[in-house]
Amino acid sequence: MQNVAVKAEPAAANRSAGNSVVETEQLSLTFQTADGPVYALSNVNLTIEQGEFVSFIGPSGCGKTTLMRVIADLEQPTQGSITVNGVTPQEARLNRAYGYVFQAPALYPWRQVDRNVTLPLEIMGLSKEEQAQRAAQYLDLVNLKGFEKKFPWQLSGGMQQRVSIARALSFEPDLLLMDEPFGALDEITRDHLNEQLLRLWEKTQKTVVFVTHSIPEAVFLSSKIVVMSPRPGRIIDVIDCNLPADRTLDARETPEFLEIAHRVREGLRAGHSYDD
Amino acid sequence: MTTEVADPASSAPTVRQPGLLSRVMSGKTGPVAVMLLLILVIWYAGAVYLNAPRLIDGYERNDTEWNFSQLTDDAWAMERPILPAPHQVLIEMNDTIFGKKITSKRSLVYHSWVTISSTLLGFAMGTALGMLLAVGIVHVKALDKSLMPWVIASQTIPILAIAPMIIVVLGAIGLTGLVPKSIISMYLCFFPVTIGMVKGLRSPDPLQLDLMRTYSSSTSQVFWKLRWPSSVPFLFASLKVAIAISLVGAIVGELPTGAQAGIGARLLVGSYYGQTIQIWSALVTASILAGLLVALVGVAEKFVLRHMGVIHAGGAR
Repeated sequence: MQNVAVKAEPAAANRSAGNSVVETEQLSLTFQTADGPVYALSNVNLTIEQGEFVSFIGPSGCGKTTLMRVIADLEQPTQGSITVNGVTPQEARLNRAYGYVFQAPALYPWRQVDRNVTLPLEIMGLSKEEQAQRAAQYLDLVNLKGFEKKFPWQLSGGMQQRVSIARALSFEPDLLLMDEPFGALDEITRDHLNEQLLRLWEKTQKTVVFVTHSIPEAVFLSSKIVVMSPRPGRIIDVIDCNLPADRTLDARETPEFLEIAHRVREGLRAGHSYDD
Repeated sequence: MTTEVADPASSAPTVRQPGLLSRVMSGKTGPVAVMLLLILVIWYAGAVYLNAPRLIDGYERNDTEWNFSQLTDDAWAMERPILPAPHQVLIEMNDTIFGKKITSKRSLVYHSWVTISSTLLGFAMGTALGMLLAVGIVHVKALDKSLMPWVIASQTIPILAIAPMIIVVLGAIGLTGLVPKSIISMYLCFFPVTIGMVKGLRSPDPLQLDLMRTYSSSTSQVFWKLRWPSSVPFLFASLKVAIAISLVGAIVGELPTGAQAGIGARLLVGSYYGQTIQIWSALVTASILAGLLVALVGVAEKFVLRHMGVIHAGGAR
């Protein structure tokens, strides 16, 4: 049983496999602030293959959200190169290659649930029938059938975040970028949504990039865990994680799970001591 | 509602109904009525105090016997008092609002309509101008830097000083009547609309803007789908201020036009002839109109915000 596979060179191994979704090389990003430069990302080499579920994990300030925003073309790198679907992040964004789920649901409060889901579809110019059909389909997928005509404030935090996931899925991007989507939710809701997300990933075969600072969440969901460390933000370990596809929350008590979790924790600790 | 045990001996707690007074005062009617009563008392007292010297002069000149109740009766019934009593104003208003044909030059309804029409036209023009400036200021950096100081400077000039010049200049190019007065209203009311709209159009948070960017949406899509709806609560707050000062602008605009018609004309004619009762009834009518106009905007606000799923005005996000 080889559940844990260690890669000496995280990015280099799959460089030749033509179907990589995200590829970075020596990627660096430095913010110029009044207090001097902040090294948000330093020499990041990373490859994300199609269909993978990749988690970025690390303490606050390790650049995991920044890396995601670079992939989404919401930040510009200062050095190195990055491609998304083989083109620059800007071209990928203009091609509407990814759906982004933010830390907060970021729903528009004046739109009812179904019209929040159809927002990207309106912008992309889909027909009214297509919009209605997609809204129904994806609200059903996140178990929100019957809530179409509610306003966001009438929904709980967990339901709002599910609406934002339906919104990101509605225009059917192959790449899903999720920035701590469940960070603000209570643990019970979070567990429930983790399980739902896993089923969703199985069903849709999308590539998911997921930012979190919860070790159990990362291990439970991911096929690959990228452990990051702050000041400067960099990758210190990439862990393959091949728990059975039909795993439930009970998988968190299995030895395999605990072994991977232990390795993630070791990596995080090593990153921290480096800092001191 | 308070629940308390009325009698220690009986074990069943009795619910005490709140008294009539506390029920009336917990609503809107009670406090408003009390305030109105207070104003009336002060007003009547003020009328006696201000009108008394002239009356006492008259008594002494004619060697008439007088006492305090005689004095108050006379003070509240003078033809040209310094301060007319409320009932005198009400009688005059009743007379000129309901007692005259609305086409008559002596009807307050006719004069109110003249003022209202230029108020509304000015309000519409000012709102349009205010929105246009706000959209420009938010989207064009150069306008933000260059226009804002002028917008603010425009409001530091006293409107009373500039109104006659606007009337004269527009008259010289053949514009008379409704339009020049509306332009004075517009001049006053575009300002709060611009300020409120700029704030409103900038109110979307970074996440909501980032979301639009991930869809690679155009500037006009960001405007119509995000900035514009975000600004609506701010817009209504501005419109309430704007419509009230539009009315002020319309009244000020009527003063230099030779006092032909409108609430402003009634004020001016009243002051020429010392008709204080006429002045006060015009003033009270103007404030009632202002109240109605603001309430009208309030009703529109409630309707629109409810449609947008916002339950409490101002709690838009």
